[in-house]
Amino acid sequence: MSLKTERIIGAEAVVKSLIEEGVDVAYGYPGGAIMPIYDELYKYQDQLQHVLTRHEQGAAHAAQGFARTSGKVGVALATSGPGATNLITGIADAQIDSTPMVCITGQVASHLLGTDAFQETDVISISSPITKWNVQVTRSEDIPKAIAKAFYIAKSGRPGPVLIDITKDAQQGELDYRYQKCTHVRSYKPVPETNLEKIKQAAEVINNAKKPMIIFGQGVILGEAETELKDFVEKSGIPAAWTVLGLSALPTSHPLNVGMVGMHGNYGPNKLTNECDVLIAIGMRFDDRVTGDLNKYAKQAKVIHYEIDPAEVDKNVKTEVAVLGNSKDTLAKSLEFIAKNDHTSWVNEFRDFDKIEYEKVINGQLNPTKEGLTMGEVLQGINKATNDNAVIVSDVGQHQMMAVRYAKFSNTRSNVTSGGLGTMGFALPAAIGAKMGTPKRDVVAVIGDGGYQMTCQELGTILQTGTAVKIVVLNNEFLGMVRQWQQLFFEKRYASTEMTNPDFIKLAEAYSIPAKKVSKRENLQSAIDEMIASDTSYFLEVMVEKEDNVFPMVPTGASVSEVRLS
Amino acid sequence: MEKKSYTISVYSENNLGLLNRISTIFVKRHINIESLTVSASEIENVSRFILVVQMTEDAVKKIIGQLEKQVEVIQAYYHTEDEIIFTETAMFKFKSELLFENPNIQNIIKEHNMNIVTVNRTFFVLEKAGRRHEIDLIYNALKPFGISQFVRSGRVAISKEAMNIRKILGEIV
Repeated sequence: MSLKTERIIGAEAVVKSLIEEGVDVAYGYPGGAIMPIYDELYKYQDQLQHVLTRHEQGAAHAAQGFARTSGKVGVALATSGPGATNLITGIADAQIDSTPMVCITGQVASHLLGTDAFQETDVISISSPITKWNVQVTRSEDIPKAIAKAFYIAKSGRPGPVLIDITKDAQQGELDYRYQKCTHVRSYKPVPETNLEKIKQAAEVINNAKKPMIIFGQGVILGEAETELKDFVEKSGIPAAWTVLGLSALPTSHPLNVGMVGMHGNYGPNKLTNECDVLIAIGMRFDDRVTGDLNKYAKQAKVIHYEIDPAEVDKNVKTEVAVLGNSKDTLAKSLEFIAKNDHTSWVNEFRDFDKIEYEKVINGQLNPTKEGLTMGEVLQGINKATNDNAVIVSDVGQHQMMAVRYAKFSNTRSNVTSGGLGTMGFALPAAIGAKMGTPKRDVVAVIGDGGYQMTCQELGTILQTGTAVKIVVLNNEFLGMVRQWQQLFFEKRYASTEMTNPDFIKLAEAYSIPAKKVSKRENLQSAIDEMIASDTSYFLEVMVEKEDNVFPMVPTGASVSEVRLS
Repeated sequence: MEKKSYTISVYSENNLGLLNRISTIFVKRHINIESLTVSASEIENVSRFILVVQMTEDAVKKIIGQLEKQVEVIQAYYHTEDEIIFTETAMFKFKSELLFENPNIQNIIKEHNMNIVTVNRTFFVLEKAGRRHEIDLIYNALKPFGISQFVRSGRVAISKEAMNIRKILGEIV
């Protein structure tokens, strides 16, 4: 930080402030009200790469994907009016999945505010319920402070999206620029104080448990507490299950990793949620897709909740002991008080359920006897080709549940998906950001034929940037998850779920992306291997069984222990 | 759990857009705000919101959590009516001739200790601060005379317990 100030315009202050925050890539789309900022991006392009997406929604999702794999704050830029409103889906997604993101929108000049000027929209009001914080800047001199505060808020505590709306005159006016990072906001306490007594109380309950079970969520990844979680699990000997967003915080192959909880989670952890005596929730929020009917959820168990956000405690499930704080600190401190233990016979109960699930569900997915390809075997092929080392970016629907069920992970920050909002169209743009966030790793977007067509214009972004994203479309010519529900709960009335699809290969080739289509089992693994070996982006379409279902399944309104295998 | 009337106090930074943020927390949960007052507080640049809602205690606790989660909210509290001192202000406007033609109005004014805010040739305005039921009582008594305008403020309330906002602001620094 230099004490000297320099006289520059607001737009240059925006770009210099972003660079001060360590931003080297931003995603966006220009337009009238943000042109001064784009003019400065042009001048600073050697320090800050701007990625032109093909739609502002793509910019928001790309920024999310970048944040999810890199751990840094994702940045998205858009103009006023439709540019700003097109960001909204991505912002809502980032809010519910706690993704650190700073969105900068241009706004009409301040003298035009409230006049229904061209491309004017009240993005502050629109984004208020779905941002962690937002602010409109109408004076050039307020820009550096607003950006510093935005980055601090987006990243600290429970992360989330922040929006800064900057009027065009504020971008054009001059200021005495000096940048100072924000380290505190007086009304905001990002991390609640950890009470040592609570840590001890929790440890006592855990040490006395006979059938304890851990469910961990994304709080472990956001808190960078993967090592602490592993130590906690290994010392206590407690079986650990995960939520969709917690996936990859603990390697899939870990002997105490017992799989996924929730609607399409594994048989054992769902069944045994209602048999454990102590349920240890770590950085998760008891979403309805995790709990099923709350009135029949873990009623027999004492619940311990390790959580950074006090508003999540007792929100859905009443806790016996709540340990507030950052997961890295609370788990590390807890480790001192947790007794070394072994729960082998209890862990074996999970493994017994695994055998049943394997026989009834998994075997049919991974070793199918029917002719049609299954989504599970595609995921297995990807695991094989990448040594369980890929970043899997999934969209929303059946293929997403298959991806989180069957993809294997050795490293953290490897599962990128829209968990809370369930945004179809998320995966393709998010994969672009995810690859830029971790350029050396294989990034595979696994997408359904429905979601793919919601944002497939981002193939243009791949073409222009040369980002080596691997795209797998699992094509069943249906909106599969809705069709599954129609089959199970609406007597097979397939209302508007059948898809007449275009030639996806031609579409990929139109963007100069090497493409291949697979319909036969004998060609599958070699095609996946070829895709992974490719130095460039690659498109693989796999024709899968049209009417396969995702099981196990906890039907809406049912208890987790009523999980169905067929 | 039974729904009760709770008075919520929110201390916050005095920033544009915060009213919107706070109201959306209630709208999102389909909760009607019965009364809302926003004003300066005892601390410079700190605003105070007073809201009245009908909720279960469990639900109001969760709302407090959501309110405190807002970056610019310093602290939020909820109170039952016996934990606060509270009042509302009402104003009534009448045609001036009523004051002279109908002695009963004068009796009501005296009986309820109402203030006459203004009187001129065409109209006069009465004012009364009090609890909701007192004002309802006066309203019903005055209604037959033909009220030309009536307005009631949101609740203002002061808690019996200490709020310690200065201490919280000090601690956060």
